[in-house]
Amino acid sequence: MILQGIAFYVFAALLVASGVMVISARNPVHSVLFLILAFFQAAGLCVLMGAEFIAMILVIVYVGAVAVLFLFVVMMLDINFRELRKGAMEALPLGALVGLILLAELAAVLGGWIVAPNVATVAGAPTPALDQVTNTHALGRLMYTQYVYLFQASGIVLLIAMIGAIVLTLRHRPGVRKQNVGAQISRRREDVVVIRKVPTGEGV
Amino acid sequence: MEIGLGHYLTVSAIIFTLGVLGIFLNRKNVIIILMSIEMMLLAVNLNLVAFSTFLHDLVGQIFAMIILTVAAAEAAIGLAILVVYFRNRGSIRVEDINMMKG
Repeated sequence: MILQGIAFYVFAALLVASGVMVISARNPVHSVLFLILAFFQAAGLCVLMGAEFIAMILVIVYVGAVAVLFLFVVMMLDINFRELRKGAMEALPLGALVGLILLAELAAVLGGWIVAPNVATVAGAPTPALDQVTNTHALGRLMYTQYVYLFQASGIVLLIAMIGAIVLTLRHRPGVRKQNVGAQISRRREDVVVIRKVPTGEGV
Repeated sequence: MEIGLGHYLTVSAIIFTLGVLGIFLNRKNVIIILMSIEMMLLAVNLNLVAFSTFLHDLVGQIFAMIILTVAAAEAAIGLAILVVYFRNRGSIRVEDINMMKG
């Protein structure tokens, strides 16, 4: 139990610290790297809670795809970030006010949270005992049966996102020399090669 | 030192607030705003997973996965729009994004 507490506080402290660094780092590349650190800490928290599959998916999807995408974009675009930082401190009082209000509201909601005594009886899909079914197995059983439409819908969301991203970023640049495979294949020897007899000493 | 539901909810509330604060602090930088949105979605995910595990109900983890999918799609589309915008205008300042204002 002590070990669990220590692990929780280490993960939570690192998560909050890297969250602060994400929004306050001067260099956006550092922001992305701290975001990756934050995702890893969140995955650690998920493991601690016993949701291993979500933790691994967090690492794969967020760190492996989303954060690397951010890193690509940040490094690819040639942006003067120093200029973008200007005026950040002007917004600090308002931002801090809104943040404090939000935090107070969340604390009020969560502080007064009481779990209903009969909550175990109304669970949508009670978690099976861990010694019989693993977390991943149980999730798969649920996702591919009861929530299969949701699963398909999220697949469609991803497909549309992929098509949208490709359509948005695809561009046809004029003046780019490209290989024309059809023209290459349909070339005949007689169209392009001419053999002439050259008389000796006279030239063509 | 029993770590309960409240501990996890506190952490995710702090992360969510940091995301909101990040949007306020980096009003000019769309990339940081997108990162803040990702952080807020992460906080929501942590909330869902915490409730799911402490109430012994697996549906929360299904929801978390759906949110993860939407977050990935949102990041891809957002960054694609950003790249196209930068290609057209040579800047990503939020104040410059007003072409659709009549």
